[in-house]
Amino acid sequence: MAETISKSYLENTGRYKGILAWLTTTDHKRIGLLYLYAMMVFFLVGVILGEIMRLELFRPGQQFISAQTYNGIFTIHGIIMIFTVVIPGLAAVFGNFAMPLLIGAHDVAFPKLNLFSWYLFILGATIALSSQFMGNGPPDTGWTFYAPYSTQTHTNVVAAVFGAFVLGFSSILTGLNFIVTIHRLRAPGMTFFKMPLFPWSLYATAWIQVLATPIVGITLLMIIAERWLRIGFFDPSLGGDPILYQHLFWIYSHPAVYIMILPAMGVITEIIPTFAQRRVFGYKAIALSSLAIAGVGYFVWAHHMYTTGISFTARWVFSLLTFLVAVPSAIKVFNWVTTMYKGSISVKPPFLFALGFIFLFMIGGLTGLSLGSLATDIHVHDTSYVVAHFHYIIFGGVGFAFFAALHYWYPKMFGRMYNFRRANISFVFLFVGFNVLYFPQFVIGMMGMPRRYFDYLPQFTLGHQISTVGGWILLIGIIIMLVNLFSRKGAKAPDNPWGGKTLEWTVSSPPPPENFETIPEVSGEPYDFE
Amino acid sequence: MDVHRDDIGARLGMWIFIFTEILLFGGLFLVYAVMRNRYSDEFHQAAHQLNAFIGTLNTVVLLLSSATVAMSITAVQKGEKRKGVMLLFITLVCAGIFLFNKYLEWGHKISIGLYPGSELMIGLKHGYILFFSLYFFMTGLHMLHLVIGSIILTIVMVKVQIGSITQGKYTLLENGGLYWHLVDLIWIFLFPLLYLIT
Amino acid sequence: MTHTEVHITDYRVYGWVLFALLVLTTITITITWIDLSALTVLVALVIASVKSFIVLRYFMHLKFESRLFTVFVVMVLTLYLLVIVLTFFDYLLR
Repeated sequence: MAETISKSYLENTGRYKGILAWLTTTDHKRIGLLYLYAMMVFFLVGVILGEIMRLELFRPGQQFISAQTYNGIFTIHGIIMIFTVVIPGLAAVFGNFAMPLLIGAHDVAFPKLNLFSWYLFILGATIALSSQFMGNGPPDTGWTFYAPYSTQTHTNVVAAVFGAFVLGFSSILTGLNFIVTIHRLRAPGMTFFKMPLFPWSLYATAWIQVLATPIVGITLLMIIAERWLRIGFFDPSLGGDPILYQHLFWIYSHPAVYIMILPAMGVITEIIPTFAQRRVFGYKAIALSSLAIAGVGYFVWAHHMYTTGISFTARWVFSLLTFLVAVPSAIKVFNWVTTMYKGSISVKPPFLFALGFIFLFMIGGLTGLSLGSLATDIHVHDTSYVVAHFHYIIFGGVGFAFFAALHYWYPKMFGRMYNFRRANISFVFLFVGFNVLYFPQFVIGMMGMPRRYFDYLPQFTLGHQISTVGGWILLIGIIIMLVNLFSRKGAKAPDNPWGGKTLEWTVSSPPPPENFETIPEVSGEPYDFE
Repeated sequence: MDVHRDDIGARLGMWIFIFTEILLFGGLFLVYAVMRNRYSDEFHQAAHQLNAFIGTLNTVVLLLSSATVAMSITAVQKGEKRKGVMLLFITLVCAGIFLFNKYLEWGHKISIGLYPGSELMIGLKHGYILFFSLYFFMTGLHMLHLVIGSIILTIVMVKVQIGSITQGKYTLLENGGLYWHLVDLIWIFLFPLLYLIT
Repeated sequence: MTHTEVHITDYRVYGWVLFALLVLTTITITITWIDLSALTVLVALVIASVKSFIVLRYFMHLKFESRLFTVFVVMVLTLYLLVIVLTFFDYLLR
């Protein structure tokens, strides 16, 4: 438990003091924290919006908000959660904080560009949020902005769409930075196949970020051009095709979900070996499956469009590809579980959240199969079933992995430990609350409850009520977790509280500004547990 | 340990940025492909409204500018500063000619009331509307990138002149050149697809 | 930082490349005067692709860059083409 005397990156040593030192930083660790603090705010706003929706849905008929308001709320809830929370997600926070440490580098390849990415992130979020307060009212199109409604509604679509465009730019630049960093700044001796698996997942993610995001970028510009200039690409009265909008939108937005999930899977792959004290099973399979998911995931987008009237050939081709992309994900789950077998398991909070991830991700993934299958999708498309599916994957998957990563790297980030018992209690509330909130939505979805509906038939009432109560339990869990992590100062953290084998555990908690005094020479395999 | 400088990494970063631009225009080319497939006759007729001569001139001018910017790198690598600056200047002149031609083209169309959302446009056949919308959007976005590229190369030219880009340190010039070639590449595809489908 | 051998391309090489590009441009224009109906697009795109290949390889220096760069370019273009193909699985077969 050696405590090194080198300075902490949290102390201000440069020209600036206080908040200015943070706003002008190019230290990847500080930038990671800047993303963390901003995203926590956006996440909480998104949660409150969600709770408002659940409150309104407690009983059929109007409770306390109008239908128009409800539509505006589910739109901005989606925009905030998707574009400002889960897409930047683990990559922006933990990729920034931990990846250079994990590969033995001083920083990323383009530190100033990194800070610029963060400013674009803040700018984009601000522009998107401004849509709530300006002009003709908050957009009511859903975060998917489907034409022709999005090109005709008088609500403030342009601000939201342009905000998303700027956020996309931030994502692209981060991806670019990470690809060059991983190619050029790995420590001597660390070949690609000696690199830990979190950077591998970030590498695959970064390629999706740079190759998919531009397509939604141009598509969003097309929406603006439709509204301002009537270019007609998606307007049937001018010869355009609304389905073309959906193709373009989903060509990005499907790969986007892999931007969300790949870093999450990467973090789980770091946590499981550490808390099982075993070398990860199938290292190469996990590394390559990340690339496979990124690659194949690029070609499944039209499974969001089965009911729109696309050709039958397109439907079965996309369904086939969708089933294919499930295979590498399943490989990862198998490898995680096998890593644990005969390991020396230590059920600390990061591991607990990782287990929660595996369970919730499995449910999300399996329900994805019934959506990817043509016949069953007809029945559940645009119902609460879909809403439950993607919340299991995104919140249960990415969200819980985020909580896991937070509990895993917290000692390294802040130099302090947190209370394990309270963390475990927060996990219980989160896990139970999550399932009570979302599982009923599978059931009422199959029974016919449509999504994005402000009102509903009486037979769905019980399901909605159970779900709303689940939301309250979940909220308690979030509060306990945040209070535990951020309101009290725990014991000083050792360099390596978990017995991990990757490079970040060889430096002090918190790390010095330059990470390593001398760049280490790497010789062994990663996860070299005896 | 010398100051952290990674020329290959810098170029790799630029190439990745170029990939994002390819995909950005790619979305527009996809719209073009879909609409062309749907309205092939009307696209064929609408293209007659475009001046193939100006289009050809612009193509030649842009290809020339790509050659000169590439040559300017050779000049700087050889330490021939004056030649480098001159070649970059020619590149920028070519860019100016291109922009002037576009001003003539767009100006003419706008003057006869043919622009996105205009009364004349809305009254046209669907295939015509989409052709011209694509024409304006794609050449407009291309023009924006040409202007950005020109600004970058102007900065680069000044830096060569004052000596902050030198024989030993010219990655900024290379990257500026790469961006310029991208502008050229996009036009290589835009030209036949918009001007030569008559 | 290890310095790899810097390759300086001769001016004349660029001159020849430009000449080739102008020749190909001329071919593109004259070919479109011949009415090949459906094939016209294909021919135009093939010639544009040849021109692009030359620009990428010589002007953009891919020939002298690490092979990794070429691999990436091929990967990106392939991805994009597959996206177009898949989209047309819908539009051509409705």
